Amino acid sequence: MNKVMSNKWIIILYTFPALLLIAVLIVIPLILSGYFGLMDWDGIGAMEFIGLDNYIAALQDTKFWDSTLHSFLLALFSACSLIGYLAVALILASKIKGASLLRKIYLIPMLLSSVAIAQLWIKVYNPSNGMLNSILLGLGIDNPPAWLADPNIVLYAIFVPIIWQYAGFYILIYYAALKNIPESLIEAAKIDGATPLQIALKIKIPLIMNVFKVTIVLSIVGSLKYFDLIYVMTGGGPNGASEVMASYMYKLAFSSYNFGYGSAIGFLLLIITLIVTVIIRKLTVSKDEIQY
Amino acid sequence: MKMKKAVTFLTVLFASIFLLAACGGEDSGGNGTSSGNTKSIKFMHLWPEGSSAQHHKVVNEIITDFEAENDGITIDLEVLSNEQYKDKIKVLSTSNELPDVGMTWAAGYMEPYVNGNMFAAVDDIIESDLSDSFVPGTAEAFSIDDTAYGLPLELNISTIFYNKAIFDEYSLEEPQTIEELHEIVDTLNENGVNPIALGNRDAWTGSMWYMYLADRFAGEEDVLTQAINREVSFEDPALVQAAQEIQKLVESGSFVQGFNGLADEEAKSMFMGEQAAMYLIATWDLPNFTTNEDVPQEFRDSVGYFKFPTVDGSGDSNSYVGGPGVGLFVSENSDVKEEAKAFASYFVQQWGEKAVTEVGIIPATKVDADSLDLPQMYVDVLNDLNEATNITLYADVQMSASAAQVHLDMIQALFGGDVTPEGFAKTHEDTLSAEE
Repeated sequence: MNKVMSNKWIIILYTFPALLLIAVLIVIPLILSGYFGLMDWDGIGAMEFIGLDNYIAALQDTKFWDSTLHSFLLALFSACSLIGYLAVALILASKIKGASLLRKIYLIPMLLSSVAIAQLWIKVYNPSNGMLNSILLGLGIDNPPAWLADPNIVLYAIFVPIIWQYAGFYILIYYAALKNIPESLIEAAKIDGATPLQIALKIKIPLIMNVFKVTIVLSIVGSLKYFDLIYVMTGGGPNGASEVMASYMYKLAFSSYNFGYGSAIGFLLLIITLIVTVIIRKLTVSKDEIQY
Repeated sequence: MKMKKAVTFLTVLFASIFLLAACGGEDSGGNGTSSGNTKSIKFMHLWPEGSSAQHHKVVNEIITDFEAENDGITIDLEVLSNEQYKDKIKVLSTSNELPDVGMTWAAGYMEPYVNGNMFAAVDDIIESDLSDSFVPGTAEAFSIDDTAYGLPLELNISTIFYNKAIFDEYSLEEPQTIEELHEIVDTLNENGVNPIALGNRDAWTGSMWYMYLADRFAGEEDVLTQAINREVSFEDPALVQAAQEIQKLVESGSFVQGFNGLADEEAKSMFMGEQAAMYLIATWDLPNFTTNEDVPQEFRDSVGYFKFPTVDGSGDSNSYVGGPGVGLFVSENSDVKEEAKAFASYFVQQWGEKAVTEVGIIPATKVDADSLDLPQMYVDVLNDLNEATNITLYADVQMSASAAQVHLDMIQALFGGDVTPEGFAKTHEDTLSAEE
């Protein structure tokens, strides 16, 4: 084995296909979008080089900063909801009745396409005929809000289905991690007289901390580049109240025909996400590996 | 030794996967393939069976006829709904894979495509096959620098459709002035009926309300068009007054709850489900109110329409917001351009009469209405069209794409009360003057 792996050509040969895919699908488009960001281009006609004008315009664009704020709000909400997912996973992993059925139910939203989820929640939120407002009216609340039309509410109204959509994914990750903890540790704790809460907080959670850290990065990065539900449910409206970075980029490039500016925003989105990822990794880096 | 074999095996495996992948890439590339004797024309349209049943059926008939008359040519069809269509066309154009024949909107919308050499000039088709067959003004809307790049299919004017049954129940009459419209709204609200269905998430619907009010306040002149063409300022009193009137209508509860979060389709379904009394839309929806068998007869019988009311005695009710809807384009880079042009020409020729009789919309081609048996509402609309003094083309079509986006965002803000009428006008003025 060592003999084979010490041959540099073999290493290059074996990593080449993956490298090629990453280069063609990720690296080259990234560089291109940074390059298009330097252009005044409607996406169809001739390009004109304008240097950093697009990037400077973006940094002065209040709509861009609003959408950035919305993206970070989503990231904050997603990160907080991880605690909820973890709690559910802890309960599921503690051998309650019907755990396997519940696990499958939680996974259903993951199997639906985003557009289907969006359509479903548009119906739920419909101000006059929707399920939510019908229930509220039934409970005697007179003027239930128009969830997707009120600029102060719309963003949070969309966060709910997004958090719902990813619940199954994170619960599954936590569940698998929890199942990996050796039974002997739990047994020992029980013999020492630990309560279930103590076992969860002092043994289980510290043992899966590495997994938890990875999910924090996943959820924050995923939130910062989030697009689908927002695009289908409101298109970023009304008047940008639910615009996030990715939907703003899309709107500029494909609705306003300002491909250069849209590319610049896309590139800024990449830089922001990179910076945030590095910061989180720094904050969550573990000093000592826990061994079972 | 075993290891060496495994290495050789894997190497061969990778190599063959690459070869396969390379072969697979050869015959992709979607637009206009011609293999052997059969040629295939890729055609995209935006009338899905679900929401535009009649359109969909007629298009399929025309395609079947064309294929029968032209041996060896097949039409490769793709159908998307309006918004998805707009998105997809844009994405396809950036990767230079436009369908051979597709649909486009007029004026500002098609400008970047024409400037980018994406659309073929179709003057030759108009001169040879279609001379003198379009309603004046429609083909011109699809021309840039006196060259036509699109063949118009529709001509639409927008009017307020209303539910006669609801109006009768509360003894209401068609309003002539905006004051009368306000009174109707108040009566309906007192009785717990939604007055006007509006789906302002698709802000072009709210834009039609604004455009009409701007037209009425301006009186004789088409100030809105002049402002877009930079002949006058957008901060013209008429344009500010129109914005004020919009907020008055919103404050008095004229529009259904949560209209800024509803799509036009949702608003339409409220009107058609008799949950709202009025609905401002263009005549492309006439089939839903006349001939579409999927809509209950009882509802179709109870729909009437009236012209947008005048304001304070100002404005002309024969002035409309509207214009040519979609037209056909032929892709400049098509491999089967001649066939595609032949198909587009055939389509327009067949479309005219079928559009009237089977779809029940107004085509952009001239039609002898008297010789055809038409629903009454259709005849009325045709007569109104003959008396029209002015047709203002939709603002978001007139403007450049990026100005249109600002306009649509501002319409949502205006209806939602997020911006003052003065701020609304100023943002438009700033945007439009920055583009000069």
